[in-house]
Amino acid sequence: MSKVRIKTLKIDDRDVGAREDQTILEVARDNGIHIPTLCQLDGLTNLGGCRLCLVEIKGSNKLLPSCVTAVEEGMEVSTNTERLQKHRRSIVELFFTERNHVCAVCVSNNNCELQNLAKQVGMTHVHFPYMYPALSVDATHDRFALDHNRCVLCTRCVRVCDEIEGAHTLDVRGRGIEAYIITDLEQVWGESETCTSCGKCVNVCPTGALFEKNKSVAEMKKQTKFLPYLTMMRGARR
Amino acid sequence: MNKTISIDPVTRIEGHGKITLHLNDDGAVDNAYFHVTQFRGFEKLIDGRPFREMPAIMARICGICPISHLSAAAKACDQILGVGIPKPAVKLRRLMNLAQIIQSHALNFFYLSSPDFIMGMDAEPETRNLMGVLKKNSQIAHDGIMLRKFGQEIIETFAGKRIHPDWIIAGGVKTPIKKENIDKFLKQIPDVLKAVTRNIEWFKIQLPKFKDEIKTFGSMQSLFMGLVNDNNELDFYDGKLRFVDHTGKAVGEKIHPNDYRTYIDEHVEEWTYLKFPYYKPRGYPEGMYRVGPLARLNVAERCGTELADKEFIEFRGMSRGAVLSSFHYHYARLIEILYAIEKIEILGNDPDILQKNVRAEAGVNNSEGIGIVEAPRGTLIDHFKVDENGIIQWGNLIIATGNNNLAMNRSVLQVAKHFVKGDKLTNGMLNRVEAVIRAYDPCLSCSTHAIGKMPFQVELVNSEGFVIDKLNRS
Repeated sequence: MSKVRIKTLKIDDRDVGAREDQTILEVARDNGIHIPTLCQLDGLTNLGGCRLCLVEIKGSNKLLPSCVTAVEEGMEVSTNTERLQKHRRSIVELFFTERNHVCAVCVSNNNCELQNLAKQVGMTHVHFPYMYPALSVDATHDRFALDHNRCVLCTRCVRVCDEIEGAHTLDVRGRGIEAYIITDLEQVWGESETCTSCGKCVNVCPTGALFEKNKSVAEMKKQTKFLPYLTMMRGARR
Repeated sequence: MNKTISIDPVTRIEGHGKITLHLNDDGAVDNAYFHVTQFRGFEKLIDGRPFREMPAIMARICGICPISHLSAAAKACDQILGVGIPKPAVKLRRLMNLAQIIQSHALNFFYLSSPDFIMGMDAEPETRNLMGVLKKNSQIAHDGIMLRKFGQEIIETFAGKRIHPDWIIAGGVKTPIKKENIDKFLKQIPDVLKAVTRNIEWFKIQLPKFKDEIKTFGSMQSLFMGLVNDNNELDFYDGKLRFVDHTGKAVGEKIHPNDYRTYIDEHVEEWTYLKFPYYKPRGYPEGMYRVGPLARLNVAERCGTELADKEFIEFRGMSRGAVLSSFHYHYARLIEILYAIEKIEILGNDPDILQKNVRAEAGVNNSEGIGIVEAPRGTLIDHFKVDENGIIQWGNLIIATGNNNLAMNRSVLQVAKHFVKGDKLTNGMLNRVEAVIRAYDPCLSCSTHAIGKMPFQVELVNSEGFVIDKLNRS
């Protein structure tokens, strides 16, 4: 058995110790230091997609996503500088402009991670023009619906479907601003042959993009904490 | 030389409006237009949305009467689900709509209109407001505040918030209510009853002072429309549509809400964003009808509660047929507050409303749904069509104020012909033209499905189209 090495570093001027295989985000959390995240979810592979967990590292002008950056000996990390705060606010504002997030009439109103993030990063206004894309709602599935208007492309649904359920029904089509979530080979969800209707995608979705069809406005409450337990129990069985 | 007067914006109403008066060569009013200058487009923006969002989206049409919008949309959605919703849910929706009738009517009568009754139509605009009422007759102002608070607190307690709650949903309501919460309001009933009765008595004494206004504020023949129950009593939540003419005779009865399109059509004029609904069998514009408190009391044969029925008899006794002057919208509004309080007492003591079964679950079983309720300002119609997955394909909304559009235009003309003379505008003239609009308590932001501020303007334009005088208020 190889020996796990311990690294020492500074996060926000605090001396912390970490295992060499840990990410900055993990170490920060272990030490009670909060870094905002969106696409990251315990139990799924980290992606570094949403860029909310960016941190500053002394000696580098580049901002690095803490969820996929491994710790290094002697690192000096800042998690909450003015520059980072500004970037995070802009990122959240851009999420709101890119699609049609109408909180007041959304199934996830008051139970939405994007809404909470907006509060957390101190977003008071949106300083970019809204794009108002014309997007559809796929309500063909018996129990669930996918509203592209509310999707932030965090891909948690894609990862949980692939990594945990093993169905890989969901995926992303297109690039950049044109990207969107598809089911199977882009047939409607109700006609998907691979979907097991397990509902994990709905529960990991941070917004009202994936929801249960019988829910009215502000009624959709997601269960996101089950994944680590699920993985742990499966591991134990094996 | 012909002239036009324009009042832009109209004040102490909900939304943006403008009035144009066209004068002939002798300086007398030839024609009058009430323009609604705002546009919202709810019928379009619901396209492609899941039907279960409709109640909450419709509630956003209005901050004053969101409960009526919630209820009409929820009723339409019930039809899409194809279910009869649990009895407790029906009663809770009724209770909420009544609470809203009280608060909205109190807003119009006490906050917006009573300054005209207490200070007079010719008083200076700076004193003609609720603060003026507080100084001159503080009891009335306090009663108004108490009544509005009573209605608003019922809504807040059960639906979670006063403005734009989302508690009323497709299939019923979200959560059952608690006994202690309803008891809290039942205790207040004697006080609010006293307040409204006191004001009805006061208002009846004031009526003779407004003889001219009663004669000219839309005192005209028209049809009246409203919902009534099987006994032809007032019904704000359910029932059948009934049309009566100026003699009080029913011309259309027991019309199922789903058949509204057989009886109501909408006409479009290019000078306003508000459409003109009319009674189809009589054509446009002969099919002009009025809705709201005055219409409901003309359409019903009785209210259905003890105290309100006594007032109803006196009210209808003012005329052999239907009560025709739109000035009496105010009077009718007070009677409806009385009725709503009595009805809340009855519902509040009904054990059904405490039952836990308040929601029916179902999928999409119909491709179409129609929901009609009586909003404070009149009959409100929501009509949706969905695809097999419940996605909205089409929507038609006939909002209470819209129904009164023809009548409001006709009333403005009548008032202007009587009060506006020559080419010089006075404040008293202007206020009467506005006051007739206020009598209808229009909610323009609602009815156009509004963007911008809420001020009122009158313009005087000559026959060549030049503005020769203008009065502005903001």
